[in-house]
Amino acid sequence: MTGPGPSNGSPAIDVWDLVKTYRGGVQALRGVSFQVEAGSVFALLGPNGAGKSTTVKILTTLSRPDSGTARVAGIDVLRDPFKVRCVIGCVAQKSTTDLEATGKESLTLQGQLYGFSGPSLRSRVSDLLERFALTEAANRLTRTYSGGMQRKLDVAMGLINRPRVLFLDEPTTGLDPETRAGMWGEIRRLSHEEGLTILLTTHYLEEADRLAGCVAIVDRGRIVVQGPPEELKAELRGDAVHVELAEPTPQERVQNALRSLGDSLRDVAVDGRMLHARADSGAEAVPAVLGALDSEGIVVASVTVARPSLDDVYLRYTGRSFKDADQEESR
Amino acid sequence: MTTMVVQGSHLMVRLLRAMLRQPYYLAVSLTQPIIWLLLFGQLFKNVTEIPGFATSSYIDFLTPGVVVMTAMYSNGWSGMNYVVDIERGVLDRFLISPVRRESLIGGQLAYNAVLTLVQSFIIIALGLIAGARFHGGPLVMALFIVAVLLLGMAFSSFSDAMGLLLRQEASVVAVVNFVVLPLSFLSTVFMPAGLLPHWIRVVARFNPVNWAVEVGRQTLTGNVDWTLVGSHLGYLAALALALAWLATRAFRSYQRSV
Repeated sequence: MTGPGPSNGSPAIDVWDLVKTYRGGVQALRGVSFQVEAGSVFALLGPNGAGKSTTVKILTTLSRPDSGTARVAGIDVLRDPFKVRCVIGCVAQKSTTDLEATGKESLTLQGQLYGFSGPSLRSRVSDLLERFALTEAANRLTRTYSGGMQRKLDVAMGLINRPRVLFLDEPTTGLDPETRAGMWGEIRRLSHEEGLTILLTTHYLEEADRLAGCVAIVDRGRIVVQGPPEELKAELRGDAVHVELAEPTPQERVQNALRSLGDSLRDVAVDGRMLHARADSGAEAVPAVLGALDSEGIVVASVTVARPSLDDVYLRYTGRSFKDADQEESR
Repeated sequence: MTTMVVQGSHLMVRLLRAMLRQPYYLAVSLTQPIIWLLLFGQLFKNVTEIPGFATSSYIDFLTPGVVVMTAMYSNGWSGMNYVVDIERGVLDRFLISPVRRESLIGGQLAYNAVLTLVQSFIIIALGLIAGARFHGGPLVMALFIVAVLLLGMAFSSFSDAMGLLLRQEASVVAVVNFVVLPLSFLSTVFMPAGLLPHWIRVVARFNPVNWAVEVGRQTLTGNVDWTLVGSHLGYLAALALALAWLATRAFRSYQRSV
């Protein structure tokens, strides 16, 4: 069932102006549009309640939008949900393992629901158990699995039908750092080696940054900005340069020293012993800054350069920090 | 059709396995009927002396009624499986796979039918041990079991629909408690029609529980009323299919709310 998309060049996921209001008046989506290139990893990044899960539910045919259209692997999710179901895999936000069944039974049933049977199903099941290090636990009830093991079984179930498009709804929420790192490795592998198109939602900035070729920041049911993480960060124009001075120095003296650098250094601010500034390229700016300070006899204790983070991007487009937004929406 | 049977049987196996891992559930589900059968059988022993009572032994009279009541309870809890599956996210996982909605309900109904069959056999065996005698012969007994299964299917479908629509365990408990007992008392489970107040007799005519019980009573007599058996089976089949169809539709409503 693997293979290229319906026609080369057309997006694997094409979403146009989805609007969804739940009974009770909660506006989950207020016009969401995006496209996901075949074979890429796309992240919907946003705080809890931003509309990420609702988008996934619509694209996986569980839910229907009030208006708007969406195609997955070239198939219209509203007109032909059955066909969509055959070519997608989905790992929901919360584990969906059946606690009263063994891992092997759950995986086998999942395959049977997609119409697989016999030796091909058996070998697919044992391959997946092997791959997710569940072979030893295969005949144990899922009830006895750790959170990480249940998550792995979730992903294995999502892959049973060799989907073309995989949806991962907050795949690492609640996992310990080690299991999370393992999951990231698996997601990269699926994307690079198997050419799967992956749409993942996350409220971890780091996760989106590391995994996704393209990130869409979702806030209150809308996409506020989208693009490759590097591009989004580049739009902030420059890296942050922090210089720790050996002793407190008046701002005037520091600015005089740096005047020779001209426009390449912006937003210079001195706070006691700390000097903050922005530069197009931090790495190029550092030697110049050090040279300029040295020529004025200002002694430097340490220098750090920070690339702009997605958090900075989030702040710029939504007007609030990601952490605040997440806490606000959780309440 | 084949797809539906195949998918449905896989889903049935899932439920049967889970049940067999907790066999005490089956045991618990039988304690209540055993108490009715043995305790009520003794308690009301002498009601058969009331003029107009059809049989000479109350345990004879009671056994088919207890089989029907057990089926009602057992199938009435069916929706609980959906409540658990919804909470666990298992149902959503099934709904975005290419499984057919008819298969989902079908698997649930098949599982309940197996459970009902086992329970019915055990109760009939207990009745026999307690002294009940069935003079109607094997055919009418088999048709009675079919009637019980159809009634069970109706209850199970109704309970499933409630589980899907209301999504709370309490709602399923309410279905069982506010439907099963009243319907039992508004039927000839405990008393023959001739001894019921007029209004209950009227209500009982339209009570599906009574349709099944009356087929059950035919297993006691050597003189079977086949017309009654046939018509009652027809009513029960129509009701069961209608409710099963409704339960299938309940998925749409559920999906609208997620």
